[in-house]
Amino acid sequence: MYIVNKKRPVNLDIGTIALPITSYVSILHRVSGVALFGAVAVFLWLLDTSLSSEEGFNAIRETMGSPICQLIVWAALAGLAYHVVAGVRHLIMDFGVGETLEGGRLGAKIVLVVAVVLILLAGVWVWV
Amino acid sequence: MITNVTSFSRSGLSDWLLQRVTAVVMAAYTVFITAYLLFNSGLEYSQWLGLHSHIAMKVFNVLTVLSIAIHAWIGLWAVLTDYVTERLLGPKATPLRIFLQLGMIAVTLVYVIWALDIVWGI
Repeated sequence: MYIVNKKRPVNLDIGTIALPITSYVSILHRVSGVALFGAVAVFLWLLDTSLSSEEGFNAIRETMGSPICQLIVWAALAGLAYHVVAGVRHLIMDFGVGETLEGGRLGAKIVLVVAVVLILLAGVWVWV
Repeated sequence: MITNVTSFSRSGLSDWLLQRVTAVVMAAYTVFITAYLLFNSGLEYSQWLGLHSHIAMKVFNVLTVLSIAIHAWIGLWAVLTDYVTERLLGPKATPLRIFLQLGMIAVTLVYVIWALDIVWGI
């Protein structure tokens, strides 16, 4: 391992800098990822209960009619949709596409637009 | 500050590749389950149970939960070692980060065991 001086000064105070769109897309990827770690419990509970018995399966059906559960599932799906879309952008960039400054900004905009569309569609799916 | 002792594979390059491989598995699972539920809107319990009883689906379920575990470990390691640092939070940061990482690993193990229990039970 190389030696790094840990007492070196750091002048980058992110709170005082106007962040570019790529930063927001990156931060949202992290926030959605952390949130999804909790959402796994929701998805596992849904899978467990829906497979446990006919009663459990029907109970999930009924539960999905309550607004609070719909909101929780929609929030989980929204986080998943955003995280997957932003993740696909990473995979595309790994192939060398969209790595320039302009390409990065365009990719960030596409991620936001596609994610918003998918999140709205997820809302339609949960509520209609 | 030594941070790689709690990273998933102890190697940044290996973590990088695992993060991508597990992402593809989870993306495939997400697309498959979403499409299945969309095309089977009047889903019955017997059909849902039949799907998950199939050996291919059991493998897919287990592969996906293992991918979740590896992906979450690597991703949360990156987040925690970036923000729960001595520079941002002071000298208490390292013990706090180790505590959070161990908690994250414990929750990850619970998820894996829970999922295996679901798959084994059907």
